[in-house]
Amino acid sequence: MTLTAQDIQRLEEKANLIRQAIIKMLLEAGSGHSAGPLGMADIFAALYFHILNHDPAKPDWSERDRLVLSNGHICPVLYASLAHAGYFPLSELLTLRKLGSRLQGHPHRGALPGLETTSGPLGSGLSQAVGMALAGRIDKAKWQVICLMSDGEQDAGNTWEAVMLAGKNKLHNLTALIDRNNIQIDGFTEDIMPLENLRAKYEAFNFHVLEIDGHNMQEIIDAFNGAKAIFEKPTLIIAHTIPGKGVDFMEGKFEWHGKPPNKEEAKLALHELRTLQGKIKSEHQ
Amino acid sequence: MINQNAYLNPKLFDPDIEQVPSRNGYGEGLVLAAEENEQVVALCADLTESTRTQAFAEKFPERFIEIGVAEQNLATVAAGMALGGKVPFISSYATFSPGRNWEQIRTTICYNDVPVKIVGSHAGVTVGPDGATHQALEDMAIMRSLPNMVVISPADTIEARKATLAMAQLAKPCYIRLSRDKTPVITTAQTPFQIGKAEVFYEGKDVAVIATGQMVYRALLSAKEMQMHKISVRVINCHTIKPLDKNTILKAAENCRAVVTVEEHQVTGGLGGAVAELLSQNFPVPLKIIGVQDQFGESGEPNELLEKFGLTKEVIGKAITTVLRMKNR
Repeated sequence: MTLTAQDIQRLEEKANLIRQAIIKMLLEAGSGHSAGPLGMADIFAALYFHILNHDPAKPDWSERDRLVLSNGHICPVLYASLAHAGYFPLSELLTLRKLGSRLQGHPHRGALPGLETTSGPLGSGLSQAVGMALAGRIDKAKWQVICLMSDGEQDAGNTWEAVMLAGKNKLHNLTALIDRNNIQIDGFTEDIMPLENLRAKYEAFNFHVLEIDGHNMQEIIDAFNGAKAIFEKPTLIIAHTIPGKGVDFMEGKFEWHGKPPNKEEAKLALHELRTLQGKIKSEHQ
Repeated sequence: MINQNAYLNPKLFDPDIEQVPSRNGYGEGLVLAAEENEQVVALCADLTESTRTQAFAEKFPERFIEIGVAEQNLATVAAGMALGGKVPFISSYATFSPGRNWEQIRTTICYNDVPVKIVGSHAGVTVGPDGATHQALEDMAIMRSLPNMVVISPADTIEARKATLAMAQLAKPCYIRLSRDKTPVITTAQTPFQIGKAEVFYEGKDVAVIATGQMVYRALLSAKEMQMHKISVRVINCHTIKPLDKNTILKAAENCRAVVTVEEHQVTGGLGGAVAELLSQNFPVPLKIIGVQDQFGESGEPNELLEKFGLTKEVIGKAITTVLRMKNR
């Protein structure tokens, strides 16, 4: 399906709203991760407002596509997307990380509608997605499994155990995506534990690999649609993203991996997002 | 004397009592569970024959997943399959699963609260010649501390079969520990079995011996011997370590006022730990915990190892007289 310019614009606006929600949530929570969630906002907007076959009114609909967020620490972007899609009230976003909240610091399945699994400890998401894809295949189900991972969790042995099993079983109902933003808590991924050549590594394990600009809406959508068309093997999308995308002083800085903005920084960030980094003069809304 | 309502093997005290490894009962139970429920699937980490998952794999090849030597994947793929509506049984040696993959079990199985069934074969020193690396002695402790987890340690192969079927019907994470070595078949098809319900196998009023796994047999041998010394011993088969059958254990403490626990496991965190937690806070009585004393096992023949690590009827007998003395002091 070809997207019109209006479709693309609508999705980009969603991504911008998701980014604004992330800043507000993190400020209110006083702890959490900034860079990763902002960097993945475009991909989440594409998934929840175009790619996924889902129904926010029926979170347990058996035919829904399953989205597994393996790197649970970027959950503010997941929560913001779910709320904007209509899974729960937008006002609840500001309860993130607070006592009694359904928005736990890392996602907990069952706490909130729309969460497919509990995640946070890195390296365990892809294998759960593989399990779901195996279950779906036994049942001859039509739904797809999409697993979003960080690049840092490619350090984990459990990730590669899952890669081997997915390749062995030719799980074409599985699409994995790596948020290739090159940072992890202790620094740049290639300093901490070199990952390259990621494409060659996944291809060696029988994955079909696509590489995209993770902020280009058309490329994101083409990649997920392309993955659905591959019937011989699972697909990996390597999405090159800029950590902290949309907020100038956070972009590309690993220092922003694991901390939230303070009041002043949040104000600046929201101003940037509302003016599209100075592209338009006055703030919307 | 033997509780007739337990319907134990009539040849219980014959020297030539039939001996079968409890892992066999699991293998039979798994096939029965799979016939009963088409959602039952099995995953194995390169130990299909040894963990007795082979019969299932041959009968239901489309429902069997070979994971390879990857226990973290074993647990997490199973969690994903359970989220996809399946009832997965995952089998390996207990030192590897639940040993190596504890965090994955904690997060993706227990916190998710999905019905994955963890089958740990080769528990205890009776694994024998393979040595300490393959003799799981901490598995009940690490599984018992997890919220939502059910922990089962069957007394013999027949009970392992019943437990496997019962686990398949229970919508909770479960762990079952099994023996590699042949152990006496002490129960029959008629012996009552219900997860969470300990059974009195031998009636008595002076001392209660609460045992689990193949140690139940040795506890029964000891109880019979004690009868000759005019000591009346109650033997309880505590096959479910969690949730613990508080009623049966508290009643035994109230009636007998002296307790001994026996397990083929470290003395910390297993059956003895669970019973001590219960009794010390509700009905303190003299208690001896028999198990492996904060040590690793080693290579040897099963019976040699049971002797070396103090898991014999003689050691149980000594503990019985000790708690009896403490009680009467």
